[in-house]
Amino acid sequence: MGRHSKKGGPVALLLTTAASLALAGCTSASGNDRPAVAAAPVAAEEPYASTYERYPGVPTAIVGATIYDGAGGMIENGTVLFADGEVVGIGGADLAIPAGYTRVDGTGRFVTPGIIDIHSHLGDYPTPSVDAHSDGNEATDPTTPEVWAEHSVWPQDPGFSRALANGGITSLQILPGSANLMGGRSVTLKNVPSRTVQGMKFPGAPYSLKMACGENPKRVYGGRNRMPSTRMGNFAVNRETWIEAQEYMAEEEPDRDIAMETLAGVLSGEIMIQNHCYRADEMALVLSMADEFGYRVSAFHHAVESYKIADMLRDNEVCSAVWADWYGFKMEAYDAIPENAALIHNQGACVVIHSDDENGIQRLNQEAAKAQADGRRMGIDIADADVISWITLNAARAMGIGDVTGSLEAGKMADVVLWNGDPLSIYSRPEMVWIDGAVMYDMNDPQMRPVSDFELGQPGEGDVK
Amino acid sequence: MKRLLTLAVSSLALAASPALAQDVAITGATVALGDGSDPVENATVVVRGGRVVAAGAGVSVPAGMTVLDGTGTWVTPGIFASITNLGLVDVGAVSESNDVDADDSPFGAALDVSPVINPNAQDFGYSRAGGVTRASVMPEAGASIFGGQGAIIDLGADYDAVRHPRAFQVVEFGERGARLAGGSRTSVHALLRNALHEAGTYGDAGELRTAGSAGGQREGLGLDSRMPNNVDRQGDVLLTRFDAAALVPVVRGEQKLYVQVERASDILSVLALREEFPALDIVLVGATEGWMVADRIAAADVPVIANALRDLPASFEQLAATQSNVGRLVDAGVKVAIGGYDSSGDHPRNLPQQAGNMVALNRVPGATGLTWGEAFAAITSVPAEVAGLGGRMGVLAEGAHGDLVVWDGDPLETSSAPVRVFVDGVEQPLTNHQTRLRDRYRSLDESERPRAYEW
Repeated sequence: MGRHSKKGGPVALLLTTAASLALAGCTSASGNDRPAVAAAPVAAEEPYASTYERYPGVPTAIVGATIYDGAGGMIENGTVLFADGEVVGIGGADLAIPAGYTRVDGTGRFVTPGIIDIHSHLGDYPTPSVDAHSDGNEATDPTTPEVWAEHSVWPQDPGFSRALANGGITSLQILPGSANLMGGRSVTLKNVPSRTVQGMKFPGAPYSLKMACGENPKRVYGGRNRMPSTRMGNFAVNRETWIEAQEYMAEEEPDRDIAMETLAGVLSGEIMIQNHCYRADEMALVLSMADEFGYRVSAFHHAVESYKIADMLRDNEVCSAVWADWYGFKMEAYDAIPENAALIHNQGACVVIHSDDENGIQRLNQEAAKAQADGRRMGIDIADADVISWITLNAARAMGIGDVTGSLEAGKMADVVLWNGDPLSIYSRPEMVWIDGAVMYDMNDPQMRPVSDFELGQPGEGDVK
Repeated sequence: MKRLLTLAVSSLALAASPALAQDVAITGATVALGDGSDPVENATVVVRGGRVVAAGAGVSVPAGMTVLDGTGTWVTPGIFASITNLGLVDVGAVSESNDVDADDSPFGAALDVSPVINPNAQDFGYSRAGGVTRASVMPEAGASIFGGQGAIIDLGADYDAVRHPRAFQVVEFGERGARLAGGSRTSVHALLRNALHEAGTYGDAGELRTAGSAGGQREGLGLDSRMPNNVDRQGDVLLTRFDAAALVPVVRGEQKLYVQVERASDILSVLALREEFPALDIVLVGATEGWMVADRIAAADVPVIANALRDLPASFEQLAATQSNVGRLVDAGVKVAIGGYDSSGDHPRNLPQQAGNMVALNRVPGATGLTWGEAFAAITSVPAEVAGLGGRMGVLAEGAHGDLVVWDGDPLETSSAPVRVFVDGVEQPLTNHQTRLRDRYRSLDESERPRAYEW
């Protein structure tokens, strides 16, 4: 069977995403103050294009499992069908299984869409964590929209395999770090081993620009006696840079400027914003800045105080990508509370559970479960199936890939995890993981466990980890 | 759970003196003793005078005791969190609020966390609310390979946190130790051997008496009593008198030596130190590659404190990292406490999550995890044993401290949390900065007045 990508290729998806973004923006932005934007000059073909093609799989029917579909649905004793890289259908025990499907017994097991981490530094801060591998922050200027995370990603980072085998991660967004106000472009990856980063790039996924507010940029640059050294300095530098981008877009034939191309992409709605921000008051200011320049924030990341402004985040249709219970490690994390996710959800705003951590990415299901339980104890009951959406469809949507993955719907990518028990229980682990319908991990087959080049011939090569 | 006894424990302020213990019995609960055994359903726990009287099925309740109905709950000993920084930090990245290490200090081994532990730090209350009732507090090496002296604390809401000052000395081996020692592991070995020799000589000359090793009684928190008696030393020495004095109980085996070490070959080098210094009472901290030399560690009868979930080659001394490390060590006969916090998610109160993952691991072919009883023991009785306090805490055994946690479910499960916490038989407040914020922002309604008036 040949390997091939799906659904009209990158351009179609990018346009679709940009259009839906613009629509969403209209519902929340203040309206007529959005600047007119000219088409920015771009390279004729998509540079550094994805070369990912799905691996061979067989038509598969998982039967008898409890299914969380990622979109808030749950089916007991359910059936999931997928073939040719796509979900064919899901349903109850009565769903007809076409001829030629390989049956996988899901009795006592659970099925979810592939788990998605919206905030990872795998590859750009790989292990071993030596200085020579520190490739996540271009901390030489407070605004570096010209850098692209994919140019730092080391595909041999052993962390990818742990995220797959222990966390069921099938897609993940690699972000630049938060030293800079504008840290650069993210890259969204399929969690498949590859010799090149292009071989991991999620076909058609839109880019995001990583931004950061608060302590980090002002500490990094203030420590060098340069701007920004304060929170007001953070905003001033951001605003001046957005004005520069507007001027660039107004030019008839501007010279190529890869920093400005990224910012123009944001202002024209093609590139999303992933904004590292902890404090509620700063998130509110960022939303005003987005209004001022006519862009949308897709998600606030870390967002430990989102619970204080969950109503505002709901009204602005901004997701909060949060930990379950990290707190206190820095001043702006002092008011983090474990009920954050539940309180955000309870206001009707979008929750994503993220890791920002090569260990946490292996347990997003447990983090979601803890956040759910912390809500329940304060009287906020959130259904298990909705909690699963925090680490699947909500993440996918906030990354601009919600139309093609993140839930088990006919026609979507067959990114599937079979768990050996309820994924919201501490006692469960991924048993099998499919990416685009191909088995990429099988707990019961020692050979179906990727080993990075770095680990060959090392102590513990191929160990269960 | 029916609350037959309601106690006034909502105050945020610490009592100047510990409250009086209550005599209490909890019946009908699922009880885990913490000793490695399986949980027992419909069991009873009796605490009197701040100490456990009995726990298990068929335990009768003495007449006249307050009885709590524990139906639907789990009752366990409190979590013993090893190698924490509880009470040393308000905010990690706010350096003026962080006393974990002393980068610019002229002292190393002499540093002592006991007088600086602050039970009002929010992490104290937050950890207590998570079921942590005892902990070791470990200074980290800053200016030398020696971190200084750690303490064993309880997390009761009072100012008597430090129960065993100067319980152990900390030394940094491996990559970090090498950097602190001047750039190579060779220098770590030279510095450590020199220091222990100097301390040995110093102890002989000074006829010192040691204080503060793992004794049962609360020790004073003043300056080290060995200091004033000593004459100046002769010859070329590297250690300050203060540091040399602090190492006297280490070289005599009267104070434990916590050695931070990861690589298999480094672990063997640490074990070999006892050929030269036979009295050393070593605890391996970290031991990421311990499973590769598990038999040697077991034969040396040296316990281990390890983060359970390390599985990445985070450094060249952790290439063989696997989540099976703890299970393989335990199977080889090593005493292993789960402890260690690699990310802000590995908080002391999340130790049950680390332990629970060890149970899940047993279902993965080729992996080695722990049974439920072993996993829970690894965060209760075993860390107490590693600290030299076995049988006295972290276990529901007769005479042990009356540290109880009543959980709303299986304590290793992600969905469970404490509903009541007792330290030495005293019920503890579970409120803290985080719970107060939760309560304030339960609603965002400001139609009448700002949220700031909700408190």
